[in-house]
Amino acid sequence: MSSHSLRLWSWIHKWSSLVCTVFMLLLCLTGLPLIYHHEIGHLLGNDVEAPAMAPGTPRANIDKVIAAGRALYPDKIVMYISQELDEPAIWNLTLGDHPTDEHYKPIAVDARTAQVITEPAFEGGAFMSTMFSLHVDLFAGLYGKLFLGLMGLLLLVAIVSGVVLYAPFMRKLDFGTVRHGRTQRLKWLDLHNLLGIVTLVWALVVGATGMVNTWADVLLKYWQATEIAAMLEPYKGAPPPTHLASMDAAIELAERAAPGMQVGFVAYPGTPFASPHHYGVYMRGNAAFSSRLYKPVLIDAQTGVITDQRALPWYLTGLLISQPLHFGDYGGGWMKFLWALLDLATIVVLGSGLYLWIKRGRAAQAARSTRPAPESAQPALARTGEGR
Amino acid sequence: MNGAFLKLWGMPILLGLLTTIGLVSALLGDGIWDIVSAFALGVPVLAGLWYGLRGWRS
Repeated sequence: MSSHSLRLWSWIHKWSSLVCTVFMLLLCLTGLPLIYHHEIGHLLGNDVEAPAMAPGTPRANIDKVIAAGRALYPDKIVMYISQELDEPAIWNLTLGDHPTDEHYKPIAVDARTAQVITEPAFEGGAFMSTMFSLHVDLFAGLYGKLFLGLMGLLLLVAIVSGVVLYAPFMRKLDFGTVRHGRTQRLKWLDLHNLLGIVTLVWALVVGATGMVNTWADVLLKYWQATEIAAMLEPYKGAPPPTHLASMDAAIELAERAAPGMQVGFVAYPGTPFASPHHYGVYMRGNAAFSSRLYKPVLIDAQTGVITDQRALPWYLTGLLISQPLHFGDYGGGWMKFLWALLDLATIVVLGSGLYLWIKRGRAAQAARSTRPAPESAQPALARTGEGR
Repeated sequence: MNGAFLKLWGMPILLGLLTTIGLVSALLGDGIWDIVSAFALGVPVLAGLWYGLRGWRS
């Protein structure tokens, strides 16, 4: 590598990381509890459990389930109902003042008895919802998300430039060498290189999928403006539905239309996943991979007939597949544990990078005051090696 | 591919491939797929711990 391109890549690595490091440290720290949100919810007593019943107990009429939840808040409307893949005994209801209410009320209803189980803590309680907001949007909504997405892009640039710089730094060393020089700096440089290269692919994937996730709102809006708008052509000028058709019948219809699949969630009219005139019934498979892929069945919310069913566009499918790769929630306990360790390793990479930059300033200053020789008199690699 | 290239990039490529297998495997299935994933993803983590702690102490 020529000394010119080495300096260029060093510059790219330095500035891309410096700008995003503080935010990445925040994301790593807040992401750590999010990996274990189920376990933490359990410890805090915030998780929802349905009473044990004989397996195969038939499910209750879903309209009764919804009525039970709405009885708690008669003035609110239903936004979503959903089921976890591994918990068919619970319907999770989301009620709000309007279809995009951010201060919605979550309610868990027993799917077999139509009895309200509990009103779960909002987003897992104060601690977890704070961690979640700091991790997702810095309490700043769409702009916060897009800002963090931009920081994610800088992280990717920092990772790629870091790999380019790995070669000149490690050419003469065995893998994993950690040198101990006169200063702590050399040791931390080697640890930075080691942990950086070890976590490389994981950090790239988690960084890239995190960035894609910040675009979720924008992608949904685009989908609304294109495909949903096309489906709404026949409804032009029609008033919004005055009464809502039976959800129980709608789900049965969707289950027949998508054999072998089960309901993931239903979006009510006016929410981002539906249209003002439709229920969006999102069916999914029940195997590891197919459970990540949703097939929307759109049902006229007034007449209860299927008006359209189409595959999700590629960009929403991509979004859905990117989510588990970011969360690390798809491989059981060991994967979560490894996710946490990789997260901690990334914190060390970020912290050591910052340390190397701070020490670099001091080292350069000391060099200027004690050594009259111009820096260009040193071999290029040694210069950047100390100077990064 | 010469020796110098492998000396420099051999381990990074190996660990990168294992990470990729680890990330993809659990996505495709449960049971054995999750186990493969844990082992494949565990190797880079262990390598980081092993070399890191060794370098830290010595």
